[in-house]
Amino acid sequence: MQKEVIMIKNGEIALKGLNRKSFEDVLVKNIKWRLKTLGKFSVTRAQSTMYIEPSEDGIDFEEAVERLQKVFGIAAFTRALVVDKDVDTIKQQAVNYMKDTLPYAKTFKVTAKRADKKFPLQSPEIQREIGGVLLQAYPHLKVDVHNPEVTVTIEIRDFGAYIHAEQIKGAGGMPVGTSGKALVMISGGIDSPVAAYMMAKRGLQLHAIHFVSPPYTSDRALQKVETLCEKVSEYAGKINFHIVPFTKIQEAIRDNCPEELFTIIMRRLMMEISMRVAEENDLKALITGESLGQVASQTIGAIATTDDVCTIPVFRPLIGMDKNEIVEISRKIDTFETSILPYEDCCTVFTPKHPKTKPDLQTVRDAQAQFDFSQLIDEAIRDTEVKVIRTLS
Amino acid sequence: MNNKEIYLDNSATTKVCQKSIDAVLNAMQNDYGNATSLHRKGFEAEKLIINAKKEICKALMCNENEIFFTSGATESNNMAIIGSVLANKRRGKKIITTVIEHSSVLEPTKFLESMGYEIVRIKPNENGEFLPIDFFNAVDDNTVLVSTMFVNNETGTILPVCEIAKAVKAKNKQTIFHTDAVQGFLKMPLKVKNTDIDLLSFSGHKIYAPKGIGGLYIKKGTKIQPLLYGGGQQNGIRVGTDSVPLISGLGQAVAEILPQREKLLSNYKELKNYLISMLENNDNVIINSKQNDAPYIVNISVKKIRSEIMLHYLEQFNIYVSSGSACSKGANSHVLSAFGYSKDRVDTALRISFSKDTTKEDLEFFVEKLNDGINSLAKMK
Repeated sequence: MQKEVIMIKNGEIALKGLNRKSFEDVLVKNIKWRLKTLGKFSVTRAQSTMYIEPSEDGIDFEEAVERLQKVFGIAAFTRALVVDKDVDTIKQQAVNYMKDTLPYAKTFKVTAKRADKKFPLQSPEIQREIGGVLLQAYPHLKVDVHNPEVTVTIEIRDFGAYIHAEQIKGAGGMPVGTSGKALVMISGGIDSPVAAYMMAKRGLQLHAIHFVSPPYTSDRALQKVETLCEKVSEYAGKINFHIVPFTKIQEAIRDNCPEELFTIIMRRLMMEISMRVAEENDLKALITGESLGQVASQTIGAIATTDDVCTIPVFRPLIGMDKNEIVEISRKIDTFETSILPYEDCCTVFTPKHPKTKPDLQTVRDAQAQFDFSQLIDEAIRDTEVKVIRTLS
Repeated sequence: MNNKEIYLDNSATTKVCQKSIDAVLNAMQNDYGNATSLHRKGFEAEKLIINAKKEICKALMCNENEIFFTSGATESNNMAIIGSVLANKRRGKKIITTVIEHSSVLEPTKFLESMGYEIVRIKPNENGEFLPIDFFNAVDDNTVLVSTMFVNNETGTILPVCEIAKAVKAKNKQTIFHTDAVQGFLKMPLKVKNTDIDLLSFSGHKIYAPKGIGGLYIKKGTKIQPLLYGGGQQNGIRVGTDSVPLISGLGQAVAEILPQREKLLSNYKELKNYLISMLENNDNVIINSKQNDAPYIVNISVKKIRSEIMLHYLEQFNIYVSSGSACSKGANSHVLSAFGYSKDRVDTALRISFSKDTTKEDLEFFVEKLNDGINSLAKMK
């Protein structure tokens, strides 16, 4: 017996309380789905630990580890080698398993935990034995029990002996799907993919909506947003991507509404369409990447006028964040480089020279009422294209 | 000369596969736009480039924005070595490489040597192996770059590049690690994800794509000083109008070969064992390749018959093999010498390299004619 496994201890699963069982079921389902294309894995729970192990040969374990780091609901996990509970085997395998780490370290220590009390050696003895053999194999090493560069953990469990590698940080958050479903409005800028990531992290399963205005916006601009969704889906899992044709509505706004209100009315109409799409798909909230005061349409007044048309919650996870904080996350989830590609998007078409920052709600309502958009909205929804985005290769 | 062509020089170059040819033609006849043009014709061409990158990313396990196309591996190696050293001058003036590199790595390091850089060339140990610990010991605070090949073009020797990279970074995080992976790309399993490899060169024509196209993987965050300046294509790292036909041809060759990699690898192993079994009891033949070397390259020496003579003898029967490396036409192999082989053994070395189309029958015919040659050709004194 000799195979690598991933162990997630109870304390490392982010959820607690009465819902734990059903949350864990979702987490197991998400883990399996995420690993599916790599081969067969078994996910089991025993002794307050979740074990993820390949159940066929030739599986890319490194890639599995990488993917697990993007599964929400796991705070941390550990890679380990499982070997027979035989002292000589453990010694030999420990030397081999540490061959990528110990040759380059200066100090180390061994800790042992013995859950199986029938094992002939006690924990301090295991530590001494394994420490000795490692010192023999890597004679340049020194033992440092207080502040070692590398800690080698040996755990004797019922099923076998586990030689641990270092603990790996997980993505944190809650399993995607445990909080329900929501629709993220995505433009192509830096903020909305970050907002999508943050709400997926809180357990929401995502749909995304994007507005296109050809010929004012190009195929490349749409491709860019699709790429952003793909990158978010590495964390968020499957995303249904709704592409709404918006040209006629934008032209109608330009022809019928006062210039300083173009952006606000456009955003109200986008909200209305989004709510309709949310309703049709049983999505319980909208998500936007707004950050208070960042631009004219993200002031309290402007947000109040857009929320005026909303009857479901609008989550704005970035509302209190600075641009540099948002950029930091976008770099972490690898959306930044794509977000800054310089294509026109629907928000930058027909931007007023002097947008209203403190719009009066009634004025906005009246201005919008000068034209009946309902037919154009119906048409846009009817012609909306839906693509399923999932990054699993 | 009516014999079937038996091409056993696939480490020099390969025959372009049909899928690649089709892709090249399509990008010349239909999607012929300039990939940086704003209109749809341009976008269609750009999509071909994006697709090619996706295929390469599947093979290497990296991100699309980490792939840069070049005119071939020689340019990739020059760009990697000179470009990274120039862009990171403050990190030091020492470069570590090996004694068995291809000339497109050797010559740039010589150029940098003439500019005042110290070059350390690691030798194999007595078993012909390169050990990570030797690199760990060679790296110091002043080391800016380590460059080692992945698979040697003459002998098929495999270097443990992932482990070497890890050892290098364990000693000095600032040191950049480059690998010339031309002879291993798409043949041996190698991915850059989760490794300490910063730069990786690959070539198209060794893997059934046309000549004149190759690439360099540049890990996100690794700085490279461009060697060419112009229109800003490929983020300014490698400028010049993108060669959409060749890029697309490369992408499709990768798409064709990648799913077959495991199968081909086991084919090669079988072919290598078969060839060796036919030669190992022949007193006139020394097998230079080892069991652990790449299975698609077999290097042998034929006693007392100079490589070139045997090569031309075989070509009469439409059989094509190589003497040492194809680039160094006739020159003595610095690689075989580095492994400590005698001059006679180096002078008489032949390289037989397989492709996806090589068969056991091809090898049987090769061995038959090789034996004929051994019996009929005049021997050296």
